[in-house]
Parts: sequence; structure tokens; C-alpha cells
Amino acid sequence: MDVMDFTIVGVAAALIVLVNWYFLGRSPAAAVAVAAPGQVAEFTIRVEGGYSPGAIEVARGSRVRLTFDRQEDNPCSEEVVVPDFGIRRDLPAFARTVVEFTADTVGTHQFACGMGMLRGTITVK
Amino acid sequence: MNTNKAVAPPAQPALKITLPVEGMTCAACQATVQRALTKAPGVSKAAVNLMMNEATVHFDPALTNPTQLVAAISDTGYGSRLPVAADATTAADDEREQQQRLEYESLRNKSLVTLGLGAAAMLASMPLMGGMSAHAGHTGDPLLRWTMTVIDPPVRAALPWLYATDPQTLTYGLLAVTVLVMAWAGRHFYTRAWSGFKHGTADMSTLIAVGTGAAFLYSFAATLAPAWFVADGARPDVYYEAVIIIIALVLLGNAMEARAKTQTTRALRQLAKLQPSSARVRRDGQELEIAIAEVAAGDLVLVRPGERFPVDGEITSGSGAVDESMLTGESMPVEKAVGDKVIGATVNSTAALEVRATAIGAASVLARIVTLMKEAQGSQAPIQRLADRTSAVFVPVVISIAIATFAAWMVLPETPSFASAITAAVAVLIIACPCAMGLAVPTAVMVASGRGAAAGILIKGGEPLERLASVDTIVFDKTGTLTIGAPTVVDSAFADGEDHAALLRLAAAIEAKSEHPLATAIVAFVGTPPSAAVDHVVAIAGKGISGTVEGHAVIAGTEALMRESGIDAAALAGHATRWSGEARTVVMLAAAGRAVAAFAIADTMRPNAAQVVAALKARGLRTVMLTGDRQATADALAREAGVDEVIAEVLPDGKVAAIKALQASGRVVAMVGDGLNDAPALAQADIGMAMASGTDIAAEAASVTLMRSDLDGVTQAIVLARKTMRTMKQNLFWAFVYNVIGIPVAAGVLYPVFGILLSPILASAAMAFSSVSVVSNSLRLRGVSLS
Repeated sequence: MDVMDFTIVGVAAALIVLVNWYFLGRSPAAAVAVAAPGQVAEFTIRVEGGYSPGAIEVARGSRVRLTFDRQEDNPCSEEVVVPDFGIRRDLPAFARTVVEFTADTVGTHQFACGMGMLRGTITVK
Repeated sequence: MNTNKAVAPPAQPALKITLPVEGMTCAACQATVQRALTKAPGVSKAAVNLMMNEATVHFDPALTNPTQLVAAISDTGYGSRLPVAADATTAADDEREQQQRLEYESLRNKSLVTLGLGAAAMLASMPLMGGMSAHAGHTGDPLLRWTMTVIDPPVRAALPWLYATDPQTLTYGLLAVTVLVMAWAGRHFYTRAWSGFKHGTADMSTLIAVGTGAAFLYSFAATLAPAWFVADGARPDVYYEAVIIIIALVLLGNAMEARAKTQTTRALRQLAKLQPSSARVRRDGQELEIAIAEVAAGDLVLVRPGERFPVDGEITSGSGAVDESMLTGESMPVEKAVGDKVIGATVNSTAALEVRATAIGAASVLARIVTLMKEAQGSQAPIQRLADRTSAVFVPVVISIAIATFAAWMVLPETPSFASAITAAVAVLIIACPCAMGLAVPTAVMVASGRGAAAGILIKGGEPLERLASVDTIVFDKTGTLTIGAPTVVDSAFADGEDHAALLRLAAAIEAKSEHPLATAIVAFVGTPPSAAVDHVVAIAGKGISGTVEGHAVIAGTEALMRESGIDAAALAGHATRWSGEARTVVMLAAAGRAVAAFAIADTMRPNAAQVVAALKARGLRTVMLTGDRQATADALAREAGVDEVIAEVLPDGKVAAIKALQASGRVVAMVGDGLNDAPALAQADIGMAMASGTDIAAEAASVTLMRSDLDGVTQAIVLARKTMRTMKQNLFWAFVYNVIGIPVAAGVLYPVFGILLSPILASAAMAFSSVSVVSNSLRLRGVSLS
């Protein structure tokens, strides 16, 4: 192996680290709702190539109302799933879809697209 | 019930309706609406839920109707409207279906046009490929080898002018077409990949965009500055035709997938469409044809033969056969008469009927089935978790593999080739298909729920479906499940020399005065009760009844009652003893001081109980009967039904303990019961199967509801679950194997030994095929046999 080969391998390794860090290593900043237990915590989540905000935080016992505002027709985001709360809902393109549930279990719950590639979290405290 | 007793007509049951309330922001608003509703005439109870923005109102249909209730809410300043859930659901579904069809057509058209352009581009590339076979990275590709040996000579003969054209002109022409295709047909791959990238997410579009993008940029550089490549010892090859064909094939795969996906929910959409859009009602003596949304609970609805019932209701006039097959899977029509309940969307087969609407909109059985099925189809099966975990990291991992592939091809071979490195990396990106994994389980759950619903089996989601497949023990509650649940006369005997018909009339006359189930059984056995004069009736609790029929003293009851009343029962004692031994209940009839007739009464087994038990055993399931009966009675029935094990003399609260004991011994238990009395046991079991009595479809404790009161559904549900599980496993297996094998082959692991390498074009064809094959495999469940 010559210098060129080492350079190629080095650059490739750096790229691989970068790709994985960019897509998997970073965690989105949480939007925190102030809803007290027994009240409704409302969030509007924009769906376009991902979820923004991608993380929300609510108090335990809150009624959570998520309005998914889907601004694309990419079939990857046509469904949203919140497995821990038994929710799977179609999100029509360029429309708002409301999903409601009661955040009754403490912990970090994932919400994701139907195939699990776009992801967000709901943290119940 | 009604608070205004002075004007309340008798026997008018209260109805319940849930109305949406808009604009409430606080507890005070809630209180205002609640007070207004409670004070409204005809309302017995109102509960307003601030969280759900709705009001649940119990009202007397004779005094008020939903329209007035909506007005009462509107008067407080908050908004409300009549619930039209069932109708709205259908409209939304139609719209979505329409959208999906447009999406499919657009994808199909784009892919076909692009495929045509791709074929032309491939021909135009042929003259450029001359001498390419010398290339290490290409001879390994079966497609290219075939092209060069089989296609090239005839094309060369047929289109000599093409080969005479200046290569640079051809290259620029290809560049133009490729840019056009990328900007038109493939545009969304790039915009989606970019918008995902900005959010730090990656999906299938990312792979296609990076893959075709890399191939395009390489070709573009080779087109503009071929000299640079030649100087570097590489050939200035272009891969425009590959870019075009990849886009075409991926689009074609997407189109086929889009069409197949719409099929997965077809059963549910068909169910939702059963609801008629209008109803003929009688109001103030007039017949009106009104929209279904305007029908209120309490309305009298007229249904002609051949029409569907527009709402759930109770027959108030007429009788005839009703075809309920669309909801229960039962093919035989059911006879219904005044007082019987009918379900909206079932077909009135034979006679004109008048029905009082009891449940409308979201409260109707059909709407609840549709809601239940939607939730079920939306739920996740545990088996999916592996796929979910994989898809979450899938794309970044594939990009990493592609980078590593590129580096390896640049470093490892004796004669490294930039062109081979690029094509191998692009093939890796293109062949990887996360979609197949994402679709493997949900499509199977969707199709299976629809298949179940068509057979009258409602399974509440992917998890119950999966657990049902692993059940190894079926526990039947006896009464009402293995048996019909109503005592019936199974045998009778008469004293010598008596007129049987006269004795039966006598028995029916006196028993008609009692409401005891045994008495009812005797009346039903005789048929229509005679209009004989019955006087001096005395009910003797737990023993029987006595009185006079046309002046003759008559006693009907247990043997003990006969003894206590000093009746001579010797003539019938033999029968009585034998029947008791067979676990029958004996009722005797005495007239003029001696026993003249005896009846053997038993809760009869369902006609096909033994067959169903045998079918379950044949599938390797252990069958258990659970009952509160005495051991002897239970054993007799268990022998008849053929169950493996009997747990008798169980108190109602002991059923849960019995199920727990079975589970503790390592059994996965499904409990079959009526959903009401058995609710705790159904909830305790791994799978609760409720036999619905027509309208009670969503038994809380049950994860499976059998719409037919027929045990066949138990076997069918198990068969469906097992077959669905098999489909899910096949799907996951193929999706994983496809990626696990496809990606390394595309990267070139087979090249050093076998000389096999995939071109990006072959990779895109494989990718397009993978998700289509998974969805098609799920769709096979639509026609699966449940026997």
C-alpha cells in the first residue's frame, strides 16, 4: 500500500464516522410542554424529511395532543406510529392530523414513521 | 331513566349519544355545558368531558332528540353537531383511495416513459462501450456481458449510423436526456433526500439520490474532462443509461408497491361502504327519505326487502329473514321478528320491516367494527421490533458499506479502477432496500385483519394475532359456549294410559306462569301455550309451581316437591333416576294426586361442538372445559364434546385462578367465553375470545371477538393467526436475506472467486422486486382457507 491507498482508506473511514454521527449520533433538542397532569399538552410537529421538533417532553398523566403538519408527499412519512401508546395513523400529505393519547407511563417513548426511519421521542416525566 | 315521570310514556328505554363540543377551554366551560344539558327536557344524565371535547348524554327518545340536544349545547355558546362518524370515515377513505390511485398512475407513467428513455439510452451507449470488456469491473456483470455478446452485434448491423456518430455527440446527447429524467421523473428522490438530510434523517430516497448522484457526477466529469481520466490511467466511461434505468426501475417498483398497498386495506374499505347513504323514516306520520347523518336514535325506519338496514335498531313491526353474512360470516339468513335487534348494513331479505333506530353514527355496530379494525390494522406486532431496530440504522449503515466498498476497490485489486469502485459502491446503495423490511409485518397484519373480519372474526391487532398463533391450550367456558346456554327439554315420559297431547297442554299452561328457565324450556318444548284458565298459582322457590288449570289441581317441579306434596311418582321414578345419572335435570308434572309426566332438561351442546373440539385437537391444541357444574354433569358433557380436561365446580371468581394455574404450568391459554360474565377470565388468559351476541362486538376483555355464535370461529381464528405468523416470518426472512446477500454481492465479495459482480442496473431491478414480493406475499392471505 502506498501513500495514496492510506489516504483513501483514511478519508473513507472519516466519511463513515461522519455519516453515522450525522444521522445517528445527534439527538434533537426537546420541545418541553408545561402542561400539568390532567391538562392537555399540545404540540404541532412539522413532518418534512423528519419531525421538528423531534423530541417533546410532557408531565406524566397529561393528555397529549400532537398535531402532525405533513408538508410533503414522501411516502416514507405517510404513517406515524407511537408503539407504546398503540397508535398508528395515516398522515395525509399537506394536511394536519391530530393524534391524542394520555401520557400515563414514565419514560422515553419513540414515535416514528411506519418503517421506523424517521424518528422522534416523547419523554414522560 | 326519565326524571320527568309525569309525562314519560312507559317502556321507552333511555338512549345514549356522544356529541362533540367545541370551544371549551376550562372547567367552567365544561360545567356550563353540563348544566345546560342536564336541565334540557328528556335528559336523564349528561357527562361533559373537557379533555375529549365531547358530551355523553342519556336521553328519552320520546321527549327529545339529538338535534334538540345539539341546539341545547349551541345555546350555551359552544359548538356542537350531530355525530356523523361512520359517514365521514367513508368519505375520508374514498379521498385517500383516490389519492393513492393518482399516486400510482403518476408513478407508473413516469416509470414507463423513463424506461423507454432508458432503453434508448442503452442503445446509444453501445457504441461507447466498445473495448469495455477489457475492464475488470465489468466482465463480472452478467447483464453487461449479455449486452455485449448478444445485443451488440445485431444493433451494430441494424443501426450502423449510430456507430458512425461522433462519440462526443452521443455522450452529450445522453447527458441531456439524463438531466431531463433526473429533473422530472427522479426529482422527488433528490428533494426528499435533501429535506431528510437537513433534519439528520435518511431513507430510501437518500440511497437512490446518493447512488444515482454519484454515478451521474462521475459520468459528468468524464464527459467534460475526459483528458483528466485518461491521464490518470482510467477510461472516461459514462453511466448515464444506468442512472436513467435505475430511476425507471425504482419508480416501477414504487408504483407496483403503491398499488399492492391499497389492496391490503380493501377488505376494511368494503366493510365501511356497506353503510347505506340514506334512510326512509316515518316522522309525524309522514314517510321521508333522509340522509343517514340526519337519522336520530328513536326514529322509525322503514326497510324494504332486499335493502340494507341503514342503522342499528329493533324491529317494531313485521318479521322476516335477515342476511348478516357481511358482518358475521354466517351464510344462513337469520329469522327476526318484533323485538329482535337488527344491525345496520345487514340485508333485509324477505319482508318489509319497520325498525326503531337505537344506535347511529359512531355508536353503530358497523362503525365500531370499522374503528376496531382500523386500530387493529394500525397496531404493531412484536415480531416487527427486529425490523424496526434494523430500519432505524439501515441507511447510514448502507452508506458506510458503500464508502468502504469504494475504498476497497480503490486499494485492493492488482489494477485498481476508479470506474469499478464507483459502480460497486453505487450498486450497494441501489440494491439496499429498507422498504421490504418495513412492509413485511404491517402488510400481513392488515390483510389478515381484513380476512378475519370477512369471516366474522375481529382480532384486535398485531400482538393478539401473534400470541394467538402460539396458543397451545383452549379453555371453553361451558354454559353458552360449548352449550347453547339455554336449557332445553331433551327427553320426556308419560304415565301409562294418559293422553300425551293433553298432558303437554297442561304442563305448558302451568309453566307459562313461571319465569324460571326450566319452566321456559318446557313451554318452548310444547310450543304455543294454550289459553287455558290458570288460577291459584303458587311458585315454590327452587322447587316448582302449583295451581289449578281449568279447575284441576296441578303441580310441576322437582321430585323432592312431589314427595313433599305426597304425590305418587312411582310410575316415572325409573326415568327420573336414569336421567339424573345422565346429568339431566328432571321436572315432574302431577295432576289429581299422581305424577303423570316427567321431563328431562339439559343445556344442550352446540351441534358442532364435538367437531370443533376434534379439529382443535387435530391441530395439536389441548382443550379444557371450565364450568361451575357438578363434576358428574360436567364429565357427561365433556365426554360428549370430547374435551381433554374438565375443571368443574368452579365458582365464578375461581375461573381466573383456574386460568392462572394452567398458565403457571407453562401453557399459553386462549379462553373462549361470552365476554360478559367471563370478562375477568378472558382478561387473564393470554388470548380472550368472546362470542359476541350480535351487537356486543368490542368486548373490552377480549382480544378476539367472534361475531357468530358458532364455535367454528375458534378454529378459524387459530388457523388465520398461524398462517399470518408464517407469512410474517417468510416476509421478514426474505427481506433480511435479500439485503444480507444482495449488499455484499453488489459490493463484489463474489468477484475475486467467481468473477460475479452486479451492475447498478441489475441492483435496481432486484430492489424494485424485493418490496413488491413482500407485499404480494401478504396479499396471499386474502384468499387463505381458514378450515
